[in-house]
Amino acid sequence: MNLETIKTQFDKALAKVKVWLEPENLEQLRPQLHYQTGVLAGFALVAALLLGMADLVTRDVIQLRLEEDLKAKLEEVIPAEMHDNDLLFDTVTLPSADANLGANETIVYLAKKAGEVNGVCFKFVAPDGYAGAISLVMGIDKNGEILGVRVISHTETPGLGDKIEISKSKWILSFNGKSLDNVSFEQWAVKKDNGIFDQFSGATITPRKVVLAIRRGLEFYKANQAALLATGEKS
Amino acid sequence: MNLSILFSPEYKRIARDGLWDNNVVLTQNLALCPLLAVTGTATNGLGMGLATIAVMVASNGIVSLNRHLIPSEIRIPIFVLLIAALVTLVDICLNAWMHELHKVLGLFIPLIVTNCAILGRVESFASKQEPLPSLWDGFMMGVGFTLVMVILGAMREISSTGTLFANASVLLGESFRFMELTVIDDYKGFLLTALPPGGFIMLGFLVAMKRLFDQKAEKKA
Repeated sequence: MNLETIKTQFDKALAKVKVWLEPENLEQLRPQLHYQTGVLAGFALVAALLLGMADLVTRDVIQLRLEEDLKAKLEEVIPAEMHDNDLLFDTVTLPSADANLGANETIVYLAKKAGEVNGVCFKFVAPDGYAGAISLVMGIDKNGEILGVRVISHTETPGLGDKIEISKSKWILSFNGKSLDNVSFEQWAVKKDNGIFDQFSGATITPRKVVLAIRRGLEFYKANQAALLATGEKS
Repeated sequence: MNLSILFSPEYKRIARDGLWDNNVVLTQNLALCPLLAVTGTATNGLGMGLATIAVMVASNGIVSLNRHLIPSEIRIPIFVLLIAALVTLVDICLNAWMHELHKVLGLFIPLIVTNCAILGRVESFASKQEPLPSLWDGFMMGVGFTLVMVILGAMREISSTGTLFANASVLLGESFRFMELTVIDDYKGFLLTALPPGGFIMLGFLVAMKRLFDQKAEKKA
């Protein structure tokens, strides 16, 4: 086959399609069941192909973006000078079904300097917020003192419960430096419950649940402290 | 490209319909779900509006090009399929290449699917008209929708937090930081207008005001 014949064949096919696409021809086809089935299937096929291709192209990029997001979140609660490793890839997965952290397994990101564990951070959930689960991330140094806590996502009431966000209020910073040792078990509560942490005017449940979830997070760390610190010596 | 066509009576009519006479929200009372969910701040309203314009123009264009192909018996499934696919495309592309913007709008983009106004325009306009007027109609309807979103968002934002266009620099880039205003200093906040019911009440005022304008104009004529 030479180019000439391919071209004429192609032109013929194109002319056929053009005739088929004439509004008059389509008008006759449209009421027919097999045509309707074909058109619906055709549109579904095109849409599926498009979405599949878009997914292929964007999947890796999105994965990269999400990793960057997570890294930025972790670095907010673990100061850069405390580690020289890549937090995202130095992790331990611990069972946390009994710790009431909202997941059966918790990934703990280890902050190591010169191979020694300096601190850890992990994501956890207060499953019982006022309007649903509150997702948090917390950094703890090796002695069990809080380096920082941030809220990742929540659905609390705007204007009242959303003061747990760092962009709305500095409240979440009041946890920095606190631990199970320098704050007694009873004091890990909002002031209304005889604790030491502020509640918000008009919203008590949200801060109360966050305080309790952070206490559970600290207890989870304490229970696994020895094992986590030991991981540094092996490497 | 000859732009003077945009000033022909037909195109002027389409623009007027989208912006005022047949406004998606104020006259047709469509698209209330995304409207009330998103307009907590003017910036959110603007972002959602821009994303909606893109989807409206694209869906109107595609349907208009294929209008002879689509039998009327199965037009609704095809339209829904097209719109859902378009919204998903916009969603994943934004997530990959405009990630900062997606973090702001991410929650709202899937809500575009719930915007019955898009299906409404496709059904009542694009499926019967040439591609160019259809694109223009999608654009103007989208702009009309965006304007209402921004106005309602601004009213709610000022009355609920005392700011205007907060976080606009995240949506539009650093050079738009000047838009971020604090209208009322040290404002204690008014919770009702931040919540959807407050938005609904304010929307009622907007619709009533539009009717008043129309009545006055009618009396004059």
